[in-house]
Amino acid sequence: MSLDVYLNVAVAGVLTGLVYGLMALGLSVIFGVVRIVNFAHGEMMSIAMYIAVVLFSTLHLDPLIMLVPIAAVMFVFGYVLQAGLINPFITRPEHSQFLLVVALAIIIVNALLIIFGPDARTVQTSYAYDSFELGPIIIDASKLYAAAAAIVVTAALFGFFRFTLLGKAIRACADNYTGALVVGLNVKHLYALTFAIGAACVGAAGTMMTLITDVTPALGPGYTLLAFVIVITGGLGSMPGALVGGVLIGLTEAIAGVLFTPSAKSMFAFGILVLVLLFRPQGILGRRLT
Amino acid sequence: MKGVIAYLSDGRSRRAIVFLLALLAVLLIAPWFVGDYLLTVLIVIFYLAFTGQAWNIMMGFAGQLSLGHALYAGLGAYVTAALFTRYGVAPWVGLLAAAPIAALCGTFIGFLAFRFGVSGVYFAILTIAFAEFARIGFDHLTIVNASAGLFLPVAQYTHNDLWRLRGNPTMFYYVMLAATAFAFVLCSGLRRSRLGYFWLAIREDELAARATGIDTFRYKMYAIMISAAVMSFAGVFYAFFYNNLFPEQVFNITRSIEMILGPIIGGIGTLFGPILGAFVLTGLAESVTGAMAAFGFDLPGAKQIFYGICLLLVVVALPEGIWPWLARKLGVEERGE
Repeated sequence: MSLDVYLNVAVAGVLTGLVYGLMALGLSVIFGVVRIVNFAHGEMMSIAMYIAVVLFSTLHLDPLIMLVPIAAVMFVFGYVLQAGLINPFITRPEHSQFLLVVALAIIIVNALLIIFGPDARTVQTSYAYDSFELGPIIIDASKLYAAAAAIVVTAALFGFFRFTLLGKAIRACADNYTGALVVGLNVKHLYALTFAIGAACVGAAGTMMTLITDVTPALGPGYTLLAFVIVITGGLGSMPGALVGGVLIGLTEAIAGVLFTPSAKSMFAFGILVLVLLFRPQGILGRRLT
Repeated sequence: MKGVIAYLSDGRSRRAIVFLLALLAVLLIAPWFVGDYLLTVLIVIFYLAFTGQAWNIMMGFAGQLSLGHALYAGLGAYVTAALFTRYGVAPWVGLLAAAPIAALCGTFIGFLAFRFGVSGVYFAILTIAFAEFARIGFDHLTIVNASAGLFLPVAQYTHNDLWRLRGNPTMFYYVMLAATAFAFVLCSGLRRSRLGYFWLAIREDELAARATGIDTFRYKMYAIMISAAVMSFAGVFYAFFYNNLFPEQVFNITRSIEMILGPIIGGIGTLFGPILGAFVLTGLAESVTGAMAAFGFDLPGAKQIFYGICLLLVVVALPEGIWPWLARKLGVEERGE
């Protein structure tokens, strides 16, 4: 195979990786602030993917247009989830919180299975087979749009956390829980808001993902794991780390898919996780664990 | 014999001993009274009770949350099944290879994680990652037929061959009952050993444990090794009872979740909790699927939703599990719980 093939695959991998990065960013935000390990993350992404697929197949609404509405729906879902179910658990032991979310994940996967059946569903947009040529590189239009949307959402999120008062308040909760309480922040509300933002991230990522791949109910746990691999690889609690990790994993999977067989590609993502834990346990952009 | 009884009964109320012996007696004669269906359900219950107890050593005693225990069962299953089908090695001999392999694998994972203080949910994710790694790896491993599955020869057996684990369900019932009893005795011994107390110290407060001079790394490694080795037998049983192995099923994360539901519902860290949890969960799940079948419903996934709701309810309402609560009612609490 010529170098062009690898170059093409690498570009496709990076674009997919950006969407992965947005998905993992949601997880990273939730963990960084609420300290809840959202083990239903991939499952929440499947919900968003199914919403996008159903809206497309019934009303012919393009996922690119539905990005914001679906993210908003997931935002509300996330807020209700945190305020209603998870907030009472924030003082419980870690494994207790974890099992709560695992239970939620099991229910989501199987509810989707009952509602939509086990078959793969897909979105066939008018630009599904379009592509741009850039010298020897052929870029898939859907992937490019998805990656561009992922970058825009990520940028918006960075801006929100850096420049708005609300974003600063949320970061204050993350830095010092007791301190945030002392200065009079409504921490429970901010937690719910944070979870909602994380859910909106994964909602946006899921909507974009329908442009790239099919959706089946069984995908949820795989995406959850992928998000964790990305977050740990990129560095816990580091927002740029999530993006870097996403791109790295996307690239690895794409290259592994060509060099070996596509069905074995996620093995290499796990391989990277093991390597990172061996040689740089704090992650690529993470701070050292104490 | 007297010594063994004295050792086992040490620290337990008379009532608890009577309760255990009565339960054992009922279970020993059960095959004469229950039909084929119920016998199979009981086998599944003991299988889950056994896996629950093996997992409980890690999570319940040493406080390390593993969500990838299907890995060790799967390794046990594949190693013994491959040795049996290829070279005719009896499963009990195969276990001598499978248990060390599972323990070695656990050692590797433990080494990776504990060396850097990876614990809690990150450890859990690492264990899932390894189980998934094995699932995809075995799916492409041609010497065990990859995704096409490994099958054990099946025939109508006129006599039970315990050595080669070929026989009728009644034999498997007794094998699994014995294994569950063995795991119970093992766990109860471990729990009251020096090692067991070190584990509890680590579970309660790892930093404090280290401050008192406990080599936490070493004892956490022991926990994962023992747990993995015990778990490998569950895989041996799985392989020889079901006679087919698919990586997609054996290493699936659903397997790992099923294993941990029993002890969580029964009571993490208790000795009898995993057994009680297996009874409660499987009993309820079978009733639900039975009732749904009777009404003509056939929904794939309904059983899993039921598991999910059970887990949710227990985590929300009874975070300690059923057994600690029930034991207080019956007056048979385990010492030091």
